[in-house]
Amino acid sequence: MAKVVLPLDAARAFANGETHVEVDAIDVRSLVKALDQRYPGIGQRLRTGTAVAVDGEIFQDPYLEAVRPDSEVYFLPAIEGG
Amino acid sequence: MGNEEKQNKVLGEGKGKYRVIGTRPVRPDGVDKVTGKANFGADLNVADMIHGRVVRSPHAHAKIKSINVKKALALPGVKAVITAADFPELGPGDIAAGEVTVSFHDMSLTVIARKKALYDGHAIAAVAATTPEIAARAAELIEVEYQVLKPVMTWKQAMDPTAPLLHEGQITKGVKPAPEKPSNVAARSEFALGDLAAGFAEAEVIVEHEFSTETVHQGYIEPHACVASMSADGMATVWASSQGQFMVRAYVAKLCGMDISKIKVIPAEIGGGFGGKTVVYLEPLAVALAKKSGRPVKMVMTRDEVFRATGPTSGGHGRCKIGAKKDGTITAADLEMEYEAGAFPGSPVMLGCMTGTTPYDIKNMRAVGYDVVVNRPKAAAYRAPGAPVAAFIVESTMDMLADKLGMCPLELRLKNAAKEGTKAPYGPKFLAIGYEDTLLAAKASKHWNTPLGPNQGRGIASGFWFNIGGNSSASVALNEDGTVIVVEGNPDIGGSRASMAMMTAEVLGIDVSRVKPLVADTESVPYSDLTGGSRVTFATGKAVVEAAQDVVKQLRQRAAKIWEVDIDQVEWKDGMAVAIETDKYKPLSIADIARMAGKTGGPISGKANINAAGAGPGFGTHICDVEVDPETGYVKVLRYTAIQDVGTAIHPSYVEGQLQGGAAQGIGWALNEEYVYSKEGNLLNTGFLDYRVPVASDLPMIDAILVECPNPGHPYGVRGVGEVPIVPPLAAVANAVSHAIGKRVDSLPISPPKLLAKIQSKG
Repeated sequence: MAKVVLPLDAARAFANGETHVEVDAIDVRSLVKALDQRYPGIGQRLRTGTAVAVDGEIFQDPYLEAVRPDSEVYFLPAIEGG
Repeated sequence: MGNEEKQNKVLGEGKGKYRVIGTRPVRPDGVDKVTGKANFGADLNVADMIHGRVVRSPHAHAKIKSINVKKALALPGVKAVITAADFPELGPGDIAAGEVTVSFHDMSLTVIARKKALYDGHAIAAVAATTPEIAARAAELIEVEYQVLKPVMTWKQAMDPTAPLLHEGQITKGVKPAPEKPSNVAARSEFALGDLAAGFAEAEVIVEHEFSTETVHQGYIEPHACVASMSADGMATVWASSQGQFMVRAYVAKLCGMDISKIKVIPAEIGGGFGGKTVVYLEPLAVALAKKSGRPVKMVMTRDEVFRATGPTSGGHGRCKIGAKKDGTITAADLEMEYEAGAFPGSPVMLGCMTGTTPYDIKNMRAVGYDVVVNRPKAAAYRAPGAPVAAFIVESTMDMLADKLGMCPLELRLKNAAKEGTKAPYGPKFLAIGYEDTLLAAKASKHWNTPLGPNQGRGIASGFWFNIGGNSSASVALNEDGTVIVVEGNPDIGGSRASMAMMTAEVLGIDVSRVKPLVADTESVPYSDLTGGSRVTFATGKAVVEAAQDVVKQLRQRAAKIWEVDIDQVEWKDGMAVAIETDKYKPLSIADIARMAGKTGGPISGKANINAAGAGPGFGTHICDVEVDPETGYVKVLRYTAIQDVGTAIHPSYVEGQLQGGAAQGIGWALNEEYVYSKEGNLLNTGFLDYRVPVASDLPMIDAILVECPNPGHPYGVRGVGEVPIVPPLAAVANAVSHAIGKRVDSLPISPPKLLAKIQSKG
């Protein structure tokens, strides 16, 4: 199962403060869906203004990016720039 | 400048590997720009055009009780007047979550105030008339009745529980349980790794200090400007100088309540943006005025308006605590910062939290940020938003730690440098990065090893920026004579026309002079995210490479048809189609195939529409030498070297230019630039005479050393380069001045009166 790290504020608001969770998913879309089933409401939070790092690579507008069983997945604020 | 060596050089893997990439051709748009022929935002005039003017609040904080436009409308020559009532009222839920999260509610109220004026210069109404003079006179005739409120000008005032509220009902986000009372703190962010308490318990040396910076503006030379025209069937055309024609289209559509398909945006040349032109101010007003008047409307800001009502970036305050072993190994770092967001939430404090300690491998860390609203213009992006202030705080504390340890500040950084596999404060582990290489290049530079004189000091500081990818489109079309046009959807700010042409030429194997780059309007190229975040050479470049590869495939197919062989029997080599394993066929040049295009299937063009991932993060290290006049507090920058891991430098001169420009802006931020407000909240320095950006005579030649650690996420190894160079200078300058005077400088700007007071103080 992929190791997933939730943003602190989302973890506090939806996941009883639990930041490190394990999820069985094949891509970011199914991973967010699985998290939303486990922690109702977190899906919307993770779909809004959030980037995802899968195994160190950051995706700005994530949806179909592949997630492997041993992947490390971090949810981050979407990054802007000047 | 007196330096013994010309420092600009390229170190690393990319050098000499390519035919076109890494060379320094003349930029395609250069002649027009230096001869004044290029058309910037204010240069456009169209038939029947009238002129718009904005009425701005003279108060920093006030309720708008009434707006009377009768006298203005009665003035001969006035064709239209608009207020917020002419725009759809957007709710707090009107957000766009794409490239970045955008609150259209806040954006609409920034473009034109509805119930409250929230800063000096806030747009209240706008008028269009047959001449700029009549428009200005009409603006004076618009009567606005205000109920003036007490302004809240600084983060400290705003966080006082008794402070007036800018937004009634604003509850701080990111705090659980949610506060019961509203406040001026819009949000709290936190990032953490490891066990902070255990990390500090392990430390043998601890330093802790507070720092502050002021609001600064991006300082682009070209003021905001646009022309908008509406046809009788409701189709709008907008000519605008911006960092993204598609951004302008999307924001105008939302704010004016129009379909995207009814708006065409034609990008003008841009005279500087640095993040400040990633938002709209005039364009929705011009469209509304054009709609109401039935005439094309031109709007151009004055410099006063640019300072009072656009940009700037946040002033900030922070505390940093770092603990280390006696050998310099950092065991813990704790960072807490407050950034002034301006009138609406959205300071880049979260990005500051994510970047401040990122150059270092710190197992136990925490970064907390507060996004605080104040009666100043809403902060806009400015190169590496949020990172320079955080780096000033952290890199100054690192310098203090080195002093306390009796250790060379460069060696302290080397000992703790982030490498491939290091966990960033925001979580993921880095892939290939070149931070350590920048430090080694600094260590080996003549600059670092040159002795200093009396009253002189040397500072070193590092910085980090993520760099981003995103959506980009490009097409490559072959002309009948074998020349090529490459079309992109991103305004050229930092030389991207040149880099797109060069990458196209590299793929096709032809001379870059045979490739013409074009920045197209919103109806001539598919969607691209805006020019920002150091993404264009990486992401749009990736699209250009794919589009050019598409053309190469077609060229091979056409050669195969001509030779009556399978495409697998044709390779593309040095700009020619070559038959594999036979000399039966004479190689065909791109011009040969172009001439035969009609006979072999028609015109040849390639396209790519991508959402680019794999942007490689960037790190830089800067060295600054200063001399301080102990009698006046004047700081002279004697020597400056900017070193950066730039991935592969497509056009090294433009990459060096990015490093030099970022360093110059950062030096201005460190030494002179600041918004100065009266106690009533009116901005006092609204011109370049009083808002002091560095000019050429203030600066030495800024030497650039390019470290090339190719990014594996791009076919040519490109990393974004435009953001990182503004991250280290604030601390590099402050550290240099601190060493020159023997006291810690902890407040920017380091203006002569402030520094003189510091020199003369006992502390």
